[in-house]
Amino acid sequence: AVSRVLGVAQKPASRVLVASRNFANDATFEIKKCDLHRLEEGPPVTTVLTREDGLKYYRMMQTVRRMELKADQLYKQKIIRGFCHLCDGQEACCVGLEAGINPTDHLITAYRAHGFTFTRGLSVREILAELTGRRGGCAKGKGGSMHMYAKNFYGGNGIVGAQVPLGAGIALACKYNGKDEVCLTLYGDGAANQGQIFEAYNMAALWKLPCIFICENNRYGMGTSVERAAASTDYYKRGDFIPGLRVDGMDVLCVREATRFAAAYCRSGKGPILMELQTYRYHGHSMSDPGVSYRTREEIQEVRSKSDPIMLLKDRMVNSNLASVEELKEIDVEVRKEIEDAAQFATADPEPPLEELGYHIYSSDPPFEVRGANQWIKFKSI
Amino acid sequence: MAAVSGLMRRPLEQVSGLLRRRFHRTAPAALQVTVRDAINQGMDEELERDEKVFLLGEEVAQYDGAYKVSRGLWKKYGDKRIIDTPISEMGFAGIAVGAAMAGLRPICEFMTFNFSMQAIDQVINSAAKTYYMSGGLQPVPIVFRGPNGASAGVAAQHSQCFAAWYGHCPGLKVVSPWNSEDAKGLIKSAIRDNNPVVVLENELMYGVPFELPSEAQSKDFLIPIGKAKIERQGTHITVVAHSRPVGHCLEAATVLSKEGIECEVINMRTIRPMDIETIEASVMKTNHLVTVEGGWPQFGVGAEVCARIMEGPAFNFLDA
Repeated sequence: AVSRVLGVAQKPASRVLVASRNFANDATFEIKKCDLHRLEEGPPVTTVLTREDGLKYYRMMQTVRRMELKADQLYKQKIIRGFCHLCDGQEACCVGLEAGINPTDHLITAYRAHGFTFTRGLSVREILAELTGRRGGCAKGKGGSMHMYAKNFYGGNGIVGAQVPLGAGIALACKYNGKDEVCLTLYGDGAANQGQIFEAYNMAALWKLPCIFICENNRYGMGTSVERAAASTDYYKRGDFIPGLRVDGMDVLCVREATRFAAAYCRSGKGPILMELQTYRYHGHSMSDPGVSYRTREEIQEVRSKSDPIMLLKDRMVNSNLASVEELKEIDVEVRKEIEDAAQFATADPEPPLEELGYHIYSSDPPFEVRGANQWIKFKSI
Repeated sequence: MAAVSGLMRRPLEQVSGLLRRRFHRTAPAALQVTVRDAINQGMDEELERDEKVFLLGEEVAQYDGAYKVSRGLWKKYGDKRIIDTPISEMGFAGIAVGAAMAGLRPICEFMTFNFSMQAIDQVINSAAKTYYMSGGLQPVPIVFRGPNGASAGVAAQHSQCFAAWYGHCPGLKVVSPWNSEDAKGLIKSAIRDNNPVVVLENELMYGVPFELPSEAQSKDFLIPIGKAKIERQGTHITVVAHSRPVGHCLEAATVLSKEGIECEVINMRTIRPMDIETIEASVMKTNHLVTVEGGWPQFGVGAEVCARIMEGPAFNFLDA
């Protein structure tokens, strides 16, 4: 699942060796035990990480991190406008989830979606160009931050909670087609209180849909902390009759193991399962939120210094001789270059032409005319 | 409950409809079919034709449909393709839209469109807008259908007409059949369309039989979405309506013709995209226009027809 994302950018492992050192091929790590709800056993508490996978996850998380920080910069320069919800701090979630599933599985999330858009296969170029609203963007500049789509990735959804029934519907299609695919349906701690999510839980359980409901709990729904929003903050239990697990969302290996476990559960036909990923976002809710009026800078700093997902992986790899500090630094340099190139493209690419304003209203229809701001302005729609 | 009262309300009409169907001597080509059976046939044919088509909604399977529109389908196609849902409009409409995004072709039934208000976010934000917002990457081939508008004495919460509400939104197609031919042709076109289509049926029309001409009995009979039909030619005044009021207009036309006034009655068939050209051509001929609908007048379908006539070439031909 992870290899196709990196594609051309990745160099063969052997050429990355800086000093003539022999690295270990793999290492075993202990991971935090998941809290369980209505499950006899959970995911394993140890996992094996290969050097190759470790380097991949590191590169992917670093790419997401730098892409989000670049988006922050472009927003402050007013090159990106509108909504921009960044996920730096939550990289272990998107990378770990992707590592636990196949490219043929499906994923849908809400608006904090740039990381998932990348892990599901789109390039940083297409993502940044979509954020800047240019024709090279993955949605031709018409979707923006919240509406990016890729193969088996259904966005990018702006209405809080609406993506959860959609995800259950994609799972229904998986079951209908009989291909053993699962659908990862993500929502946040804020969305977890939406009524339609409980409607989706009910139908998914009733019809045994292969749906993994995933609550990305970053402790704050916009400016409201979980204690102020939810009578029960045990989000992994909120599925009631649906079994659940609470996962350390800052540890990419923990997320990977939990996802493998959940996917196997669904594929066996037992019905839906719920995962709560405990994670944290460094930025505010969106670019218009400084993020410090409802939480302290000390708290943000503490998470950054003790639980940063990229730092955790890096320490593990270096300490187990899976990689060297220099090697990882080289990856950092390559990633920075990739992001810089993508940002250049996203800034220089032209906006979609005005003539195309009316395109893509209907699918598969012959061309027709759309009334513009007055009856003499007509746009063509194809 | 609305479903039971629907059956109890007009038993005589139901029985006489049956009698008419059994004993009426028809011309060899045409056939008497109620609107209910026409929709049923249309769905049956499309379910048979394409494996990806399925029906979900409250009471559509084992109950045979709250208004018996899906009678016999569950027996024929089973649990996989005819799905009874709990009373969770927002949830199951979202599930239907998600299934459409993943490549299936769902028919999502709302017991009445009044309940679609619970799910209207999924219809507009998740279904209608997605193809545009994705730059053409993600089509949503879904049909939302059910009875719309006033029924007999069901009170304000159960009598709203949603033609104007759904007709307002780009990305949606909205159709409103009147007779059996309309119902069958439009539901089939809607199911085959790769866009979200809202089919506004009418509960009071379900039991009314009409002659179904021979072309309409073919399994590939489709009525194009976006084309109105001139039900009755006339010279003095254009009368435009959709759904059940088309019948009232034809009755009114019969009365008026005795006084020497010939009405041209146009059955809109499609609310969005509206076939304004047919209406314009008619107004340019008759110089008079009346719109008739079951919805509230302010910001309604008739208001839109009038606005478009005013903006277009027909305005100069309009006397009243």
